[in-house]
Amino acid sequence: MKHYLGIDVGSVSTNLVLLNHRGELVHKLYLRSQGNPVLSVQRGLAQLIKEFKDVEIAGVGTTGSGRQLIGQLVGADLIKNEITSHAIACLNLEPTVQTIIEIGGQDSKLILIRDGVVSDFAMNTVCAAGTGSFLDQQAARLSMEIAELGQRAATGNHPVRIAGRCAVFAESDMIHKQQMGHRLEDILAGLCQALVRNFMSNLAKGKELKPPYIFQGGVAANLGIRKAFENALGSELLIPEHYDVMGAVGVALLVMDEMTSQKETTRFKGLHFLNEQIVTGSFDCDGCANQCEVVELRQNAIVIACLGDKCGKWSNQINNQTNKITTQVG
Amino acid sequence: MLRVTFPHIGNCYIPFRTLLQELGIELVVPPLTSQRTIALGIKMAPEFACFPLKVNLGNFFEAIEMGANAIFMAGGVGPCRFGYYGELQRQILKENGHDLEFIVLEAPKTHPLELWEKMKRYFPRHRLHDISRAFSLAWYKAEALDRFDRLANQIRPRVNQVEAVDLLQESFYNSLDRACLGKDIKRIGTEALRELRELPFELRPKPLKIAIVGEIYMVLEPRVNFQIERMLGAMGVEVYRNIYFTDWVRDQLVYSIIKPNWRKQLSLLARPYLNSFVGGHGLETIAHTVESGINRFDGVVQLAPFTCMPEIVAMQVLPTVSRELSIPTLSLIIDEHSAEAGIKTRLEAFVDLLAHRIHRGRSKAGGRKLEALSGY
Repeated sequence: MKHYLGIDVGSVSTNLVLLNHRGELVHKLYLRSQGNPVLSVQRGLAQLIKEFKDVEIAGVGTTGSGRQLIGQLVGADLIKNEITSHAIACLNLEPTVQTIIEIGGQDSKLILIRDGVVSDFAMNTVCAAGTGSFLDQQAARLSMEIAELGQRAATGNHPVRIAGRCAVFAESDMIHKQQMGHRLEDILAGLCQALVRNFMSNLAKGKELKPPYIFQGGVAANLGIRKAFENALGSELLIPEHYDVMGAVGVALLVMDEMTSQKETTRFKGLHFLNEQIVTGSFDCDGCANQCEVVELRQNAIVIACLGDKCGKWSNQINNQTNKITTQVG
Repeated sequence: MLRVTFPHIGNCYIPFRTLLQELGIELVVPPLTSQRTIALGIKMAPEFACFPLKVNLGNFFEAIEMGANAIFMAGGVGPCRFGYYGELQRQILKENGHDLEFIVLEAPKTHPLELWEKMKRYFPRHRLHDISRAFSLAWYKAEALDRFDRLANQIRPRVNQVEAVDLLQESFYNSLDRACLGKDIKRIGTEALRELRELPFELRPKPLKIAIVGEIYMVLEPRVNFQIERMLGAMGVEVYRNIYFTDWVRDQLVYSIIKPNWRKQLSLLARPYLNSFVGGHGLETIAHTVESGINRFDGVVQLAPFTCMPEIVAMQVLPTVSRELSIPTLSLIIDEHSAEAGIKTRLEAFVDLLAHRIHRGRSKAGGRKLEALSGY
């Protein structure tokens, strides 16, 4: 039976989903990237092999900030930006949705949908306050689990006002409030409100938000943020069952659509391909004044992917080679 | 002996080189803006100055390394901070141990006599004949460049290999930069246009049309705007840049003097949304967005350097324009902290958005019925 694989390589997590031919989610994996997306994708694929020995992968799509790298590596059929992927996943789930709030590791996004089409979007530009990484950091500072932080924030009934314009100031403000003797729950609730305020003024300014809202991304698990958003919007938020892997679901749906309509065979290099170790190296290209830092991925001493060159001098070379190889084999 | 340099802005170094050399000036053209230039500039510049100031400083520093000892810089009056940058940059360079001569050329409209005095003092050849020859050669080059860039932006989404356009562009820039006779410039220009038209292309559905508006430096300088025209071209988009160097010279340096109501059309276009000249290209941004909306463009991309006041004003007005004329807009704020990946993600998503809008519009008009999935 045909299955479709979606890989979302984000800053904090790497997500893999496997959809069956009807577009239903068969399996999902949520792995921490830990700064090494290649290794975490390899580990994820190894897990998939264990559980699904003989599925036929008919298409692979990648999304997220590492989409180019991983896309080249696994031989993806579709490399799509995360905004489109998230919108597709949401629309497939809830066709009437009008506003999507997505908060991930280092990105926050707002996607507006009217009549089933993306009509506008915004992404955080100059500030990462309010994203998953910052919450992670705060949880670590308070030596608690990230899930606990959310739960305790949701129980704070008298939120303290925390400066939310900047993550660094928010942290020092929190420390100050702790030293003033406020309850931790109230401080955390205040933090969540501040982050939501930050989101609203950075991304939602001048935009018309309409229900139904969908809230997704890793931070959607955080009860405190969820509550703060519901207060700010004055409406209930819908949280998808697979809120943490929606990007991967979206790109898998897109690749399924493309592969079925174009009737092409996948360029996926196979689940086993990645078993062998991949070594990353880099060098400074001295071709021009840009002096790009080129990243090179080698497997068995053969260069399999090149990234980071502005002019395409190295990456095009490799791409052409790999294309040739695949056409010769297939 | 003065060895003069000037800051880079896009491909204008080509006409500038001709102009200044013809006027008998010993010239040092700084290396093209690179990551190194930007890094050098950031080191010296205040954090919240706008991006052009930082990049200019980097250009100056690299020119000083090559032996420059005087700098040509444009001045100006008005709300935009740019008018003051010459003086600011002089002091910053002085603090960093480079006390060089700054020759700030003010606009001919506001300070005609001062400009003439400066030209007489610094240009060894300043007979009327020399000046007219220098200006006309530089103008031919500028026109040839803009003509090529305009056509390149239209052709990129249609050719088989986008890289071929970029290669042609490089070689055209190089040979134009070397040409010194009027007839050579003309020949190189027409040949390049012919070669561009003869590139093999495919018949494809009509490409998306996106207009680029915004602050002039960010629009003209591909080395700081992440080559947005090429990037969009490679995504299959026909790009209409609303600012070209020759247009700017014609409007700001010629029409502003001889045509008293030269701005009328722009301010009429912008009037429902923005009633004042906010400085820089703020009004133009709004006017051109309105124009693109009326002309049924598919989208507008606004480019602005971080902390640019006029563009921030325009950015606040854009959502209204966008809603009322139903033209999607995307604002990109760029400075040294911007990453290419982030810009690319936003542009890709924007292009997807536009493509699906059209897709749906066509299907509504009785076209092909869409599958459940792509019918979002």
